[in-house]
Amino acid sequence: MDTQNLQTLDLKSQEYFINMGPQHPAAHGVLRLILTMDGEIVKNIEPDLGFIHRSIEKQCEYEGYKQIIHLTDRLDYLSAHINNEAVALAIEKALEIEVPERVKVIRTIMGELTRIASHLLWWGVMGMDVGALTTFMYAFRDREYINDIMEDTTGARLTMNYSTPGGVMFDLHKDFVKRVKEFIPHLRSVLPKYDELLTGNIIFIKRMKGIGVLSPEDAINYGATGPVARGSGVASDVRKIQPYSALDRVDFNEVLLDGGDNLARYNVRMKEMYESLNIIEQLIDNIPDDGIQAKTKALIKLPKGEFLQRVETARGDFGVHIISDGKKNPYRVKFRSPGFSNLNTLIKLGKDTLLGDLIAISATMDFVIPDIDR
Amino acid sequence: MILTNTTNYFAKFIEYLSGAEGLNLGFAGEILAYVVIAALYLAFFAVAGLMLVYMERRIAAFFQLRLGPNRVGPWGLLQTIADALKLVAKEITGTERKDGLLYHTAYYLVIVAALVSLSVVSFAPGVQAFNVNIGVFFISAVSSVGVLGLIFGGWGSNNKYSLLGAMRSGLQMISYELSAGLAMLTIILMVGSLNVDSIIEAQQSNIFLIQGHIPALIAFAIFIIAGTAESNRTPFDLPEGEAELGAGFHSEYSGMGFAYFFLAEFINMFIIASLTATLFLGGWLAPFGITDSLPWQPLWGLIWFFVKVLGVIFLMMWFRWTFPRLRIDQLLTLEWKYLLPMALLNIVLMALVVYFDLLIKF
Repeated sequence: MDTQNLQTLDLKSQEYFINMGPQHPAAHGVLRLILTMDGEIVKNIEPDLGFIHRSIEKQCEYEGYKQIIHLTDRLDYLSAHINNEAVALAIEKALEIEVPERVKVIRTIMGELTRIASHLLWWGVMGMDVGALTTFMYAFRDREYINDIMEDTTGARLTMNYSTPGGVMFDLHKDFVKRVKEFIPHLRSVLPKYDELLTGNIIFIKRMKGIGVLSPEDAINYGATGPVARGSGVASDVRKIQPYSALDRVDFNEVLLDGGDNLARYNVRMKEMYESLNIIEQLIDNIPDDGIQAKTKALIKLPKGEFLQRVETARGDFGVHIISDGKKNPYRVKFRSPGFSNLNTLIKLGKDTLLGDLIAISATMDFVIPDIDR
Repeated sequence: MILTNTTNYFAKFIEYLSGAEGLNLGFAGEILAYVVIAALYLAFFAVAGLMLVYMERRIAAFFQLRLGPNRVGPWGLLQTIADALKLVAKEITGTERKDGLLYHTAYYLVIVAALVSLSVVSFAPGVQAFNVNIGVFFISAVSSVGVLGLIFGGWGSNNKYSLLGAMRSGLQMISYELSAGLAMLTIILMVGSLNVDSIIEAQQSNIFLIQGHIPALIAFAIFIIAGTAESNRTPFDLPEGEAELGAGFHSEYSGMGFAYFFLAEFINMFIIASLTATLFLGGWLAPFGITDSLPWQPLWGLIWFFVKVLGVIFLMMWFRWTFPRLRIDQLLTLEWKYLLPMALLNIVLMALVVYFDLLIKF
């Protein structure tokens, strides 16, 4: 074939669709992304939700207020305790119950332990998504300590179901303080090893730095919260803005990094683990002793009105909005999940990147699909 | 005949058994010898593949603070054999709308390429099925045929993920072939022969890694990187790219089809490691000749060869369980912008070293 023919030859290239998920190793659940691809380049992303829709908000309308808490475990299962706390706080706000100091401190410590556990799991999976398989085992080894601590007190390892309106379900296990105090120096000693294994790796930095840059404006416009927003330098920590439980009496820094790329989001979470350890350390030594339950009625009825409570889960701003018409179950419950807004940023960030980058970006977003799709 | 080496061993063995002197095997005897040797290689292929899988799993466990397989047989040695038996017994599933010819040719290509390149590897003095004067070139040439298997498999599966995997494997293996070849050439400058045995015997004084000092060290690094890329292992496991492509080019294979790909990957790693041992570490030669005066010479050669090969394999497994994966453009940048120019300059450097006779020999 001479050059003339080669030029006139109609070599068609076309974009093609590829279904990433609902069953895909990097989807972390049943997220389906409909990708329009040009070779290796992602041209368009269309998330398709609904594979794990359980109508939790609708179910809440048929349950009593004490029972709603049990359903929230199944939203963002890695921040189960913080979700429980959010609903409990909303109900307490509505009933104007003042919970014992002990409950506040316990809830905060448990919340921060949950956050660390969630970030550890994220770190393990993050490594796997960029191809480093060993991180998973390291992270799970250390997450196991937290699971054991949780199991001692609450009887459950993942869906703790520990907060109730007006208090917590059980008192702390007798070894709780001792084991938490053992865990803090342990984690402090292993986190630098994590950095040695993954953070400092040249390949990892090349995969992370400057990839998936989310500008602060976009972070605000898309409603991104949590480490995703803080990686872009947007202060969004509910723990600082509207301190709840015992968070008003502890001293901690909101980790804010600018850059907005994968590496910034990664570093935010790594540093947040240290901050969480600081919070626990400040509270663990003097847990007040004034009971674990405020007095509540057996059948809780909220007064008429709308009640909103925001908390900071490991993923960001989680909101509970209860509309009550004075009956024993709510008229309407709406959960504001951080993952949903963060997923929207992926549509923007993932465009015109390589497939490998899309996976890395979605890994730094730290999705929990049941949180996005309720 | 070409296969003189091993048939001679075979003849000697028959002589030893029958007590006859100067036995002539004859035509039928030689055919029989070939069949037996081929069977031996097939058996070695299976056993070495399975044992490397076992080794990989134990080493992975060692790096990941776990125990690894330790229940089936002593120290779990039979675990991978049990796994292989399970794969044999498995139902063959896969897509219906595949390109049958390519789909089924793929794994044979991969496995035949691996087996044929294995035949040139010199395990011990004289223990080599196929002694050709272009030895290392032959290995490099034949093992590249394996990439066709990957591309056929990815194309024939009629799956977009497989196709992406196949495309990546094509890009990767053809690119890194260049650096690997140039790194080999750097070493060959020192011997002036491609024959595997001549290369090993030229390292009698000391191994090429020390003889060729700086350029040899650079070539060693390049060869290990390119070799890891050619055997599709982390950080260059893009064709499989678990998190990105599911299982890449072998997504649609099940049962033994999958097992062939899997075993071939490990045998390819063995071939890369044995090439590294041959070119840089002196093959079956004992370091400083410490076992030269002992009886059972071929056996000692075999032991030293395996020690060196397993050392290199351990290094490659270490990479796999430590490093993240590269992105496809970074992979190509590394090869075309860094490794290839470096390898070319390195050849010039080595040529100067050889010309001015600056080799370290003692």
